[in-house]
Amino acid sequence: MAQDLRILVVETDPARVREIVDALTSAGWRDVKALAQISGLDRTVKEFAPDIVLIDLANPDRDTLEHITMASETTKRAVALFVDHTDDDLTKAALSAGVSAYVVDGLKMNRIKPVLETAIARFKIMRQMQSELDAAKQALEDRKTIDRAKGFLMRQRGLSEDDAYGLMRKTAMDQGRKVIDVANALVTAADLLS
Amino acid sequence: MTHTVLNCGYVPLVDCAPLVIARELGFAAEEGLELNLISQPSWSALRDMLALGHLDAAQMLSPMPIAMSIGLGGLPARIDTLMVLSVNGTVFGVSEALAGDLGAVQFGDAQTLLQRLAGLGRPMRIGVPFHYSMHRLLLSYWTSAMPGVDIEEVTVPPPRMADAVAAGQVDAFWVGEPWGSVAVQRAVGQIMMTGGDVWKFAPEKVLAARADWVSENPDTVRRLMRAVYGAAKWLDAKKNKPLAIEILGRSEHLNLSADLIDPALTGHITPGADLGPLKVTRFVQFHKHAANFPWRSHAAWIAAQLGADAGMIAQAKDCFRTDLFRRNLASLGADMPGASEKVEGSLKFETAVASSHGHMILAPDAFFDGRTFDFGPHT
Repeated sequence: MAQDLRILVVETDPARVREIVDALTSAGWRDVKALAQISGLDRTVKEFAPDIVLIDLANPDRDTLEHITMASETTKRAVALFVDHTDDDLTKAALSAGVSAYVVDGLKMNRIKPVLETAIARFKIMRQMQSELDAAKQALEDRKTIDRAKGFLMRQRGLSEDDAYGLMRKTAMDQGRKVIDVANALVTAADLLS
Repeated sequence: MTHTVLNCGYVPLVDCAPLVIARELGFAAEEGLELNLISQPSWSALRDMLALGHLDAAQMLSPMPIAMSIGLGGLPARIDTLMVLSVNGTVFGVSEALAGDLGAVQFGDAQTLLQRLAGLGRPMRIGVPFHYSMHRLLLSYWTSAMPGVDIEEVTVPPPRMADAVAAGQVDAFWVGEPWGSVAVQRAVGQIMMTGGDVWKFAPEKVLAARADWVSENPDTVRRLMRAVYGAAKWLDAKKNKPLAIEILGRSEHLNLSADLIDPALTGHITPGADLGPLKVTRFVQFHKHAANFPWRSHAAWIAAQLGADAGMIAQAKDCFRTDLFRRNLASLGADMPGASEKVEGSLKFETAVASSHGHMILAPDAFFDGRTFDFGPHT
């Protein structure tokens, strides 16, 4: 389960990068990429599409990272996680406040696993809530499109509502498409013809 | 006497001066406070540390407490603005290459500059320090006034702005001092105007604290506000500028040399490497013209720029604690404006308004395009 997560480590110190990557790898996360230069962050976030970004709390590039994750579609995926000296109070406070931010002692790599696992659990809940929300929104949009297409058929062909829907469904099945695709095509055509 | 220790976060820029002076010149000690100034590596880090209770108070970009209070970006937390620390103090500059393409534009002519940028007809990358900053809001406000200006906002930590310009990562920048002057000194960019050329009286940095902490510690809040108010007043006196520059230049809290601090504090901005300095009126204002007063209409303007609805604008107004300002600072003899809100953008000239001492002079607050913003009812 953990293995399917992509983790990006933003850190300039090569020794520390190795340490963090080793800790992640031995904890079972293999899809790990390290980035030393902030100048490539924008592109890397887009291309690598990390689920989690690890960055030092003291790294001044955090504002840039935050802006990139906010501005791009990766908002749903990227979680910033900050590696710094151990401070349990801060970790707890961050957790209870619902931040996707953590504090991990950079030198005690054995702590990275439990902390990351909690982060991932939280992140999965957030992602699920987001995808449920997206699905609900999409269903609503589809509903509207299908209603418009039905209305068009009812007017143009003098069909009842049930027959209009039946015709779209039959067309969809005959052509191996989804009802929403047929409805979309109809709505587009209706807009062109009006 | 044992002093109350107060952890106060800041980002080392010239306009953190009121906090440094409050500590170094004993304004805090006079109020029985030990102001523990804790430098923060980024605005996001400062924001999280304040929200999580690791900082009692902090210097913030004026939009930050509002963004946090209405739940935008990062940790949602009710954050109050106790007072404004500084007004204005930012510059807009372009790379040498872009300056060449723009041709000669008079320094500070926001309107012509915008027309020239639109005339180039190409997208531009513009560096700002943080998304929830006055820099970014002024940039958005200014450029959205002209169709055809295509900009991409890039967040760059201020100390690295000159590098980003030199490396071609950004075509232009909106940054606080000294980092605009640094780009000029390194001959990688030119300063075209100051933030005041877009909005003449923009609240830049504020003193902020968590709303629950503020209500639980009324006496500490009062003493903190008095200390910082005293420091801001001292800083804005012309005769104190040389000493202020020296103190700030030596301060471990700022870690900038005196010659980098000088342009901002004296308002002598050098637009280009081969040009002489220009005197900019009210380049940064720490105290005069009610600069410290947390106008509720400023909060409303910021919230509106952030896309807030009427309910959120009302919430934003309540973050700017004019009530505490009046209650805690009146005994220092601070002159208070009669109203807590005004029609933003309506003052074209210095104007006398009713105040607790009779009348006070407010500085111009006009926008470059002459628009005005009324967020009444004025309470």
